[in-house]
Amino acid sequence: MNNQKKVISVKDLTKKFGSFTAVDHISFDVMEGEIFGFLGANGAGKTTAMRMLCGLSFPTSGSGTVAGFDITTDAEDIKRNIGYMSQKFSLYSDLTVIQNLRLFSTIYGMSDKEFKSASENLFKELEMEDMRNTLVGEIPVGWRQKLAFATATIHNPKVVFLDEPTGGVDPVTRRRFWELIYQASSKGMTIFVTTHYLDEAEYCNRVSIMVDGKISALDNPTALKEKYHATTMDEVFRIVAKQAKREE
Amino acid sequence: MNSVVKIKNLSHKYGSTVALDDISLEVERGELFGIIGPDGAGKSTLYRILATLLNPDKGEVYVAGLNALTDYKKIRTKIGYMPERFSLYQDLTVNENLNFYASLFGVSIKENYDLIAPVFGQLERFPNRRAGALSGGMKQKLALSCALIHRPEVLLLDEPTTGVDAVSRSEFWDMLSQLRKSGITILVSTSYMDEATQCERIAMINKGKILDTNTPVNLVDNLNENLYCAAANNMFGLLNRLRRTSGVRNCYTFGATLHVVADTSFDPDQVSAQLTADGLKNVKIYRTKGDIEDLFIKLTRDE
Repeated sequence: MNNQKKVISVKDLTKKFGSFTAVDHISFDVMEGEIFGFLGANGAGKTTAMRMLCGLSFPTSGSGTVAGFDITTDAEDIKRNIGYMSQKFSLYSDLTVIQNLRLFSTIYGMSDKEFKSASENLFKELEMEDMRNTLVGEIPVGWRQKLAFATATIHNPKVVFLDEPTGGVDPVTRRRFWELIYQASSKGMTIFVTTHYLDEAEYCNRVSIMVDGKISALDNPTALKEKYHATTMDEVFRIVAKQAKREE
Repeated sequence: MNSVVKIKNLSHKYGSTVALDDISLEVERGELFGIIGPDGAGKSTLYRILATLLNPDKGEVYVAGLNALTDYKKIRTKIGYMPERFSLYQDLTVNENLNFYASLFGVSIKENYDLIAPVFGQLERFPNRRAGALSGGMKQKLALSCALIHRPEVLLLDEPTTGVDAVSRSEFWDMLSQLRKSGITILVSTSYMDEATQCERIAMINKGKILDTNTPVNLVDNLNENLYCAAANNMFGLLNRLRRTSGVRNCYTFGATLHVVADTSFDPDQVSAQLTADGLKNVKIYRTKGDIEDLFIKLTRDE
């Protein structure tokens, strides 16, 4: 790690829906510049936990900070200071590349001046200068992935949440996307990412695996593989996720 | 003719967008056949055409020996179709949905129960739960039961495992191999390359074209690449260096290691020594065989 600054820190974070405990006293820290993989089977509580971290859902109990803001009192500040990208919805296909960027920068409260310099940098970095006025629906999927990441991070957030960012994406594009993640992390951005592709778990600095609302495993991939006598993260995931007792 | 699905020179466009571009395919009776490709490859368009919900622009399509253009009504009684999006009635219960589909096809649940038993068994505990209140995995089992209740000749499953975790995906494939024993022909599509090995034969599809069709083993055997695994303490540093190393045609991440596609001039020992001298630690480079994903990367890069 670059240093030991905590960008996410939660303690005993819990969310109940009636008598059902979706997230059950989870505690963990994510450090600046870290790529943190947040894994779990369907129904383990990942989405609920992630919604609390993004300031979209109020915890039943427990505490925590994200990007320096308290998740129980400063939800609005959290929303402005994080990036978020999901596979399902990221871009407006009937807006142009620059219109999409402009829209997100406005949502994040950036001024015209800030937007201008940020977008110029992005176009250069992503080699998309000649696509700025193209409709997003007309650009190839690989570029769309890059652009979705760019819109989620145009305001240079301390942490970006990526919710299954590579679902259904072809193998070449999926790999390019991870190189983009690695680049952002090497510049100090913290990456919090969920995925169903377990080869991608190998690329994370640390990985947590949720089972029945709790964090059952949390360490770097090498240590996890040693602990569970596995050769791949896929095996680790299967061993840990099968401990689930909760009925679907 | 023993092929249950036969497609000849099929093309389809949406406006100026080419969804399927001159594809041909035959699926034998009783086969578990995979259509493997990323989002936007044309998989769902192919399924809609096979399910007779969409007429193709060009080409011939036969399902269960019947012409999809002229005999679509008959075909519909012989296929079970599970679209990618959950398509049952959310406000009907588990049993109401199953009864509804059985009555649509004029069959009783009792006469065909043996076929759905391996799938429906786990749903029997909550017959009166509304479909909308089921978990993702249970919804999928109910949808599959409804697609099977009339004992179709051909089962069309469009991306049944998308967004599903690794453990549930394995369970789903176990269910399919159970079903196969009944002799039903299954066409299943997926964007997960690792699922290819679960099929008897697969067609790899990308941008509306079939890249190759064969058994997974034959496909990998035909890969014909000089392929190595590489690992070191700093994987992305290693990736960048290997890409600049002479004799390396392509280098990409592959889970815990990198895969290196090399020329015959590539000497792993010499390259390891050089990388170690450059400051990388624990450098390992060794031969590997590759899998379907390597093949997909090769075929889509060659375009």
